[in-house]
Amino acid sequence: MSELTINPGVELRNSRLEIYHFRLRLAIASGFVLCMFFLLFVRFFYLQVVQHDYYSTLAEANRISIVPIVPNRGIIVDRNGVLLANNYSAYTLEITPHKVEDIDALIDDLATVIEITPKDRRRFRKLIEESKSFESLPIRTRLSDEEIARFAANRYRFPGVEINARLFRQYPQAALFSHVVGHIGRINPREIEQLAADGLDANYRGTDYIGKVGLEQSYETHLHGTTGVEEVEVDAAGRAVRTLSRSAPVSGNNLALNLDAKLQEVVYRAFGDNRGALVAIDPATGGVLAFVSKPGFDPNLFVDGIDPKNWKELNESIDRPMVNRALAGTYPPGSTFKPFMALAALTYGKRRPEQVISDPGGYNFGGHFFRDDKVGGHGMVDMYKSIVVSCDTYYYMLANDLGIDNISMFMKQFGFGSRTGIDITGESAGILPSQEWKMKRFRQKWYAGETISVGIGQGYNTYTPLQLAQAMATIANDGVMFRPHIVNYVENIVTRNRSVVEPQPLRTVDVKPEHLQVVKDALIGVNKEGTGARAFAGAPYTSAGKTGTAQVIAIKQGEKYVESRVAEKHRDHALFIAYAPADKPKIAVAVLVENAGFGARAAAPIARAVFDYYLLGKQPIPLKPGKDDPNDTQD
Amino acid sequence: MTPRIRRVTRALTAHIDSQLLIALLLLMAVGLITIFSGSNQSAARVSSQLANIVVALGVLYVFAHIPPHYLMRIALPLYVLGVLLLVCVALFGDIVNGARRWLYIGVTRIQPSELMKIAVPLMLAWYFDRYEATLKLKNYIVAVALLLVPIGLIVRQPDLGTALLITAAGGYVLFLAGLSWRIIGGLAIAGAACMPFVWGMMHDYQRQRILTLIDPTQDPLGAGYHTIQSTIAVGSGGIIGKGWLQGTQTHLDFIPERTTDFIFAVYSEEWGLLGNMVLLFLFLLVIARGVVITANAATLFTRLFGGAITLTFFTYAFVNMGMVSGILPVVGVPLPLVSYGGTSLVTICLGLGILMSIETHKKLVQS
Repeated sequence: MSELTINPGVELRNSRLEIYHFRLRLAIASGFVLCMFFLLFVRFFYLQVVQHDYYSTLAEANRISIVPIVPNRGIIVDRNGVLLANNYSAYTLEITPHKVEDIDALIDDLATVIEITPKDRRRFRKLIEESKSFESLPIRTRLSDEEIARFAANRYRFPGVEINARLFRQYPQAALFSHVVGHIGRINPREIEQLAADGLDANYRGTDYIGKVGLEQSYETHLHGTTGVEEVEVDAAGRAVRTLSRSAPVSGNNLALNLDAKLQEVVYRAFGDNRGALVAIDPATGGVLAFVSKPGFDPNLFVDGIDPKNWKELNESIDRPMVNRALAGTYPPGSTFKPFMALAALTYGKRRPEQVISDPGGYNFGGHFFRDDKVGGHGMVDMYKSIVVSCDTYYYMLANDLGIDNISMFMKQFGFGSRTGIDITGESAGILPSQEWKMKRFRQKWYAGETISVGIGQGYNTYTPLQLAQAMATIANDGVMFRPHIVNYVENIVTRNRSVVEPQPLRTVDVKPEHLQVVKDALIGVNKEGTGARAFAGAPYTSAGKTGTAQVIAIKQGEKYVESRVAEKHRDHALFIAYAPADKPKIAVAVLVENAGFGARAAAPIARAVFDYYLLGKQPIPLKPGKDDPNDTQD
Repeated sequence: MTPRIRRVTRALTAHIDSQLLIALLLLMAVGLITIFSGSNQSAARVSSQLANIVVALGVLYVFAHIPPHYLMRIALPLYVLGVLLLVCVALFGDIVNGARRWLYIGVTRIQPSELMKIAVPLMLAWYFDRYEATLKLKNYIVAVALLLVPIGLIVRQPDLGTALLITAAGGYVLFLAGLSWRIIGGLAIAGAACMPFVWGMMHDYQRQRILTLIDPTQDPLGAGYHTIQSTIAVGSGGIIGKGWLQGTQTHLDFIPERTTDFIFAVYSEEWGLLGNMVLLFLFLLVIARGVVITANAATLFTRLFGGAITLTFFTYAFVNMGMVSGILPVVGVPLPLVSYGGTSLVTICLGLGILMSIETHKKLVQS
């Protein structure tokens, strides 16, 4: 109390000053508060007014997810409706790799609930390497009901693993059609790029598979269909909450082929254990009736990615099952070339049909002796006989008279050395040699001696079995050549509208009908009394054919080819081209049997089986290859 | 109404500040409405928050009746207890999510750093009040030390968000107590100079939060995800919002922690800029009332403590809204009075109760 009286003013003033200072500080703090709230307001204004459209778009993009609905792939059937490629729905066990930390441990765990084979594991490993981690990848397909139930009971143990219903591609005929129908497989990065370049990526959203080879590849645009779209509202976890709009997918078109599954099977069986190829064509339309390359492979292995072990087996097999021999294998035509040579001779006036030459058992040209197959020769030979007995000497001389460029020019019309344009890709063009070709290929001039062996289908020229079949069909069809096609019609499964692949005449070969008749008569003679006679003995129809044997290795001057002395893979290829019935041809074939020796013995009986089945509906009887008929070793 | 009832009512509400009460009840109502939307219309969540509100209002009522000088008595013991608990946490604390923040005390786990949010400003206000007559530089240094001890312990846990909020609360006391501008400037410069060292001492996730703030798109699926999604929610709300229960970001789970730390994103998406202005206004109302109460407070202690409570309240609101709208890093700060959660609600109401007590007890002190 006394202190207050001593200095009351100071105390009071200090207190007031203090309060003044405090209130000043408080005012500054309040100003700070207002500034900060104004800053917030500016931020809100910026986000909600200035940038509103931008953030609205982002929110919508968050909310709405466009989900593709994959269309069902079209199915493929043969001419009688036999399924060659179809879809089946099955449950798959799928793992989303990025949701799983230790995949191997998870698979070990899964294996205690559902059977997972080492093959499944290998295949899955490969899938992981090839795909993005956010995709869910199948580890097992075709789960049984029991397996589904067992997994469902244990599913809480396996986050990142789920069961999905999916459509699967199946090839019921397995190896039988492997080289025609081909197969689909998972889309790879290169194909994604290609789809993007073609502007098709939108239509392939959600699609995992694409045709890889065969019809599955060449008719991909028909088979795939149009992807549907569903606009769904999704939550942050990507789960669909509700559907906003939906456009249904349009299933892919079905393919119906000209091929006959039963005929294909007849061919397959007729080949036995031999490798080779056969192409059968309807001469009047170019429709492909049978198309076989043996051995084939099981296309089902490829659908979900082939596992490395199977791949290795197929890829390294000495039988090379992955090679489409009918389409891409090129072989010297051997004596099957002779009828075409004869036709060239008639057309260019180098021979008359009745003109006779003497065959002493070979032909000497430029100090080199071109040997005939028959020791001592065939004696006096006219054109008919030259084809029926397959006289080499006749054609050595003829080739020399025609010259390589005439041969080349003429053969080109029959499609030799150029792609036929068949409706699957991967076709080889073969080689039709000419002076120009040799200059381009080897930068060397053509030697006249090289023409001689071309005359009997040896030398540089090599053609595919498909080309031989097409050439034979052209003769059968009186010189009118059609583009071979495997697909008969494409069916829209919604409208049931069928668009038939119209026979497409490529050209009419420039030959006179009377010349063609000479050659046709001779071809009939081959099967009646010549090198094909044994194979066609007793046939109730007349057929025309020509045998051939293609050398795989060169036989040295003065040596004779003895089959048993030559390693199997160096043995001659057997060839046979034919058509039937001779008067009104319905089918033309080219048969190639690799390393099987003479065409008459190994290839002609297969053609017989094909004709018997196709023309008579007869199932083939077991064949008895005759070993000692001298006619068989002659072509 | 009979005069007697009126007298009883007046007696019961004598320590309640009506303006503050109305503002905080409105904020709580906003909270309930938004919690209902953010929880996908969960009545359970709303009633649970209602229970929290009842408890919090009870605490507020009790503290409004406690005269400020009782608080002065517990300031030092509370502070010492808090620091001891923090030491215990450092020694025996439980580690949750990589941070040692929790202490197990027989029946339950507590987070002592929460206690320090009140204890530190209380302690500083008490300290300045005690040496009011002879305030010298030495006292400021001691005050800074009193602030730095608990903060150091909390930073070590690590809990950077809480450390910053306590620093702010203590800092407000120092500022209001008249810390000279020269020292403030010096501290600011020293702080800036320390930044590289602080950066070096930070944990990876803390650095990531700051980097994410600068460019959230760097890590859109990781650390930046929350910020990006909440910013989208705010921005897509527009001027009038998408409407209550209509926020797509909210209802499709794109916003994390929809009823707690990120509740403002839900509110902002559904009510837009207009709603935000209403909310800012309600917060300003509370703060303005707090400033007025503080300005008129009777003692240095109540002035400093009241100011610290008011400004801390502001800081919570600002940091939370700033974080949701993407201008501040993501720290675990709820939106005061709005976010779901009992702890934060009780703490805030406790502070506001003290403010009411300061206002309603000043005449007693003056007289």
